[in-house]
Amino acid sequence: MTTSARADALDRLIHERLRLGIVSALAVNDSLSFSDLKKLMKTTDGNLSVHARKLEEAEYITCTKSFEGRMPKTEYRLTASGRRALERYLDHMEALIRATRER
Amino acid sequence: MASVTPLHRVPPTEPPALHARAMDNLRFIRDTMEAAGAFTAVSGWGMVAVGVIATVAATIASAQHSVLRSIYVWMAAAVLAPCVMLWAIVRKARRAHVPLLSGPGRKFVLSFSPPMFVGALLTVVLYRAGLVGAIPGMWLLLYGTAVVAGGAFSVRIVPVMGICFMLAGTLAIFTPTSWNDWIMAIGFGGLHIAFGVSIAVRHGG
Repeated sequence: MTTSARADALDRLIHERLRLGIVSALAVNDSLSFSDLKKLMKTTDGNLSVHARKLEEAEYITCTKSFEGRMPKTEYRLTASGRRALERYLDHMEALIRATRER
Repeated sequence: MASVTPLHRVPPTEPPALHARAMDNLRFIRDTMEAAGAFTAVSGWGMVAVGVIATVAATIASAQHSVLRSIYVWMAAAVLAPCVMLWAIVRKARRAHVPLLSGPGRKFVLSFSPPMFVGALLTVVLYRAGLVGAIPGMWLLLYGTAVVAGGAFSVRIVPVMGICFMLAGTLAIFTPTSWNDWIMAIGFGGLHIAFGVSIAVRHGG
């Protein structure tokens, strides 16, 4: 896979609404728990798990599992490459808007 | 079999223009960040610092020989504590790269301020009427009201904390004034420290 092709694939990874939401929410928080993200995204456990896993596999976010008393707790954090991907995505969107206005 | 003709032909819709989708995506990112910002609007460690100030104030106030003098001690703490809290909130917002008065932050300030303003006015009214013994209960009640109102746009733990302050205020109003410093210590000291630690651990500082 060429670098540009990989960049395109990565962009598509956060282009999906729920994944874009997860990354955006984590960009303004040190960390968010699974239940915080679920509430924020108004989604189901299964849906959030699937999309968070995809972001985790791309190393855009990290996932830490621990116990709070007897309750399992899953916490997510945005990685440096995740933050860069969001910034690239924002640049891409802004460039699209600029290009349309200049036309 | 006769063919079925639809009553209204639906014109084929064009997919939204690329720039419109880009605008929509940017709006979605901003809205998500603002909504998620509710998780960072309140500084847990700032609350712990306020709790420590209140505990020190309670210790000094309880050593005073008159209710009026202990009210002065609490007034000094009431000036210092918001400054510390504001500093902590600004620090947290900068660290998280979020504007201080973004959506949730602005809503929090707008909801939190009116009860605090009423509290300041009533302090003057009760002071002039010589009802200084009623001031701590009123402070706890209105601070609790402000936290509940502001906390409606934050994580659930914030309005829960507000309700605890309102309960402490109710207790202060219906108990002897000699209990005031202890109830204030439990309220402004204990509740801030307990809820502050919880917010700091669970909501990023």
